[in-house]
Amino acid sequence: MTIDDFLKQDSEWLKGTGPNSDIVMSSRTRLARNIDKVPFSNWANKRQLEDILAQVSQAVMATNFLKDATFFRIKDLSEVDRLFLVERHLMSPEHAKDVEFKGLIVDPKEIVSIMINEEDHLRIQVLQSGMNLRECWRIIDEIDTEISKRLPYAYSPKWGYMTACPTNAGTGLRGSIMIHMPALVFTGQIGKVLQAIAKLGLNIRGLYGEGTEATGNIFQVSNQASMGMTEDDMIDNIERIISQAVLREEMTRKNVLSKNKEALVDRVSRAYGTLKSAHIISSAETITLLSAIRLGVDLGIVKNLDKTMVNELFILTQPAHLQKLEGKVLTSNERDVKRADLIREKLK
Amino acid sequence: MLCDICGKNEATVHLTEIINDKVTKLHICESCAKEKGAEMEEHFGLSDLLAGLTDLGTGVEPELVTTAKCPSCGFTYDDFKKMGRLGCSECYEAFRKYLEPLLKRIHGANRHVGKVPISAGKTIKDTQTLQTLKMQLEKAIQSEEFEEAARLRDKIRELEGKGKSGKAKG
Repeated sequence: MTIDDFLKQDSEWLKGTGPNSDIVMSSRTRLARNIDKVPFSNWANKRQLEDILAQVSQAVMATNFLKDATFFRIKDLSEVDRLFLVERHLMSPEHAKDVEFKGLIVDPKEIVSIMINEEDHLRIQVLQSGMNLRECWRIIDEIDTEISKRLPYAYSPKWGYMTACPTNAGTGLRGSIMIHMPALVFTGQIGKVLQAIAKLGLNIRGLYGEGTEATGNIFQVSNQASMGMTEDDMIDNIERIISQAVLREEMTRKNVLSKNKEALVDRVSRAYGTLKSAHIISSAETITLLSAIRLGVDLGIVKNLDKTMVNELFILTQPAHLQKLEGKVLTSNERDVKRADLIREKLK
Repeated sequence: MLCDICGKNEATVHLTEIINDKVTKLHICESCAKEKGAEMEEHFGLSDLLAGLTDLGTGVEPELVTTAKCPSCGFTYDDFKKMGRLGCSECYEAFRKYLEPLLKRIHGANRHVGKVPISAGKTIKDTQTLQTLKMQLEKAIQSEEFEEAARLRDKIRELEGKGKSGKAKG
C-alpha cells in the first residue's frame, strides 16, 4: 500500500458503521510499550534509536496480523503526506515533528497502526467505527501478545508496562471514543454533560477546538488513569459512561424534533444551502456545517444524502487531503476555493 | 495608574500571583499582558504540571530529590522535572520514592493490576492474577454478590495452594 492508495478508501474512523454510529463516530485503543533495557526514545542515542526502529519494525511485520502492513519511515515522507496521516488519525501530530528516527506501520484496512519512536518505542493503535471499544481492546490485546513473543517488553509486576511518561504507566492503555453531540450543544446542555464525564475520571476535549466550543460538536472522551485497574474494567468504565451520554443525546434529539422542529430544520437547511453554494470556505466553517448536515441525515431531515459521503467530506476537506486530491501543494486561500469546489461537486 | 512593567501605558489588566504563599499584585497594560500571556503559554506544558505534582507529599528534602540519579541510564530526577519524561525503565526503581506519590496522584493507585506479558513468566503471572482476584473479591463482597465472591475465594485458595506446594518442593 502507498499513501495514495489510502486516499482511495474510506478511513475506518469515518465509515459510519458499527453500534450507535449515528452518535458515536469511532472507538480507539492504544497501548504504550517499550523494549526492555533500552533507554526511552527521548533519552536514547542515535545508534539506539536506529536499532529500536529496526528491531520493532522487524518484530511487528513478522506477526500474522501485520504481515501485509506497510512500513513508512517518516523522514522519507513529504510534509503533506505526514499531515495526511495525522488527518486520518493514523499517527499523532507529535509524530510528524523531529522525524529523523520515526517510523509508522499501517495495516491495509487502516484499523491497526503502530508508531515507532514516538514518546515510547511502540504506540500501538486500533480503530473501529461506531461504539466498539471492547472489540478494539480484543484486537489490540491479541496483537500486543503476538508482538511480545518477539520483543522483550519493559515490564515489572509492580509498575506494569513502564512508559516514558508516568501518566501512561501500568497498563499503557488509553481507550477513547469520538462522539458527535450536536443536540446537546444546540440546547445548551453540553456543559453539564462534559462536567459529569470529567467528574467520573474521564478526559474530554473537542476533536477540533477546545472545551464546549468544540468545532463540529465532536468530542473525544478517554480514560485518564492507566494504573490500578484491569484493562477490561477500564474499557467497561468508558463504555458505560459514554452509553449514558449517547442516551442523553438521543433523548435530546427527539425532544428538539418534537418541540423545536422549525429551528432545527432551519439550521440544517441553511447549512446545506451554504455548502451547496459556497465558492470559498474555510476548514472550520466546513466542519461546523457538516455537523449540522450529519444531524439532518441522522434525523431524516436531509433525505437525499448518504451518511458515508457526509462523513467522507469531514476528512476530504482537511488541508492535506485536499492537497493530495489536487496532487500539489496549495496555499490556504487556494485550499478554501478547492474545498468549496469539492463540496459543491459532492453535494450535487 | 500606569503599567508596572513598561511604566508608559495605562494599566488595564490586574493580575494576582501567589508565589510561596506570598500574594503579589501586578497592574499592567494590555500589550504587556499579551506578552506575559504568550510567555506563560509557551512555557506551560505537561512537564510543568508534573513538576508541580512531583514535590508534593514526598517528604524528601529538595536537594536530595534533584541529585537522585538512575544508575542504569544516568538520567537525574532534575531531568525528569524539566522534561516530564523518564530516561529508561530502570528509572522507575531509581526514583521510586518520588514516583510512588506522583503515580498515586495521577492514577489514584501506584500498583499495576492487569495484563502480564508472556515473557514475564508463570510465577509473576500467578502473583498478578492473585492480586486481581483479590481486588475482584473485595468488590464482590462490597456489592453483596456472594455467589461470585465464593467462586473468587475458591480460585484464590487454589492459586495460593499452588504457590505453597511449589515452595515446599523447592
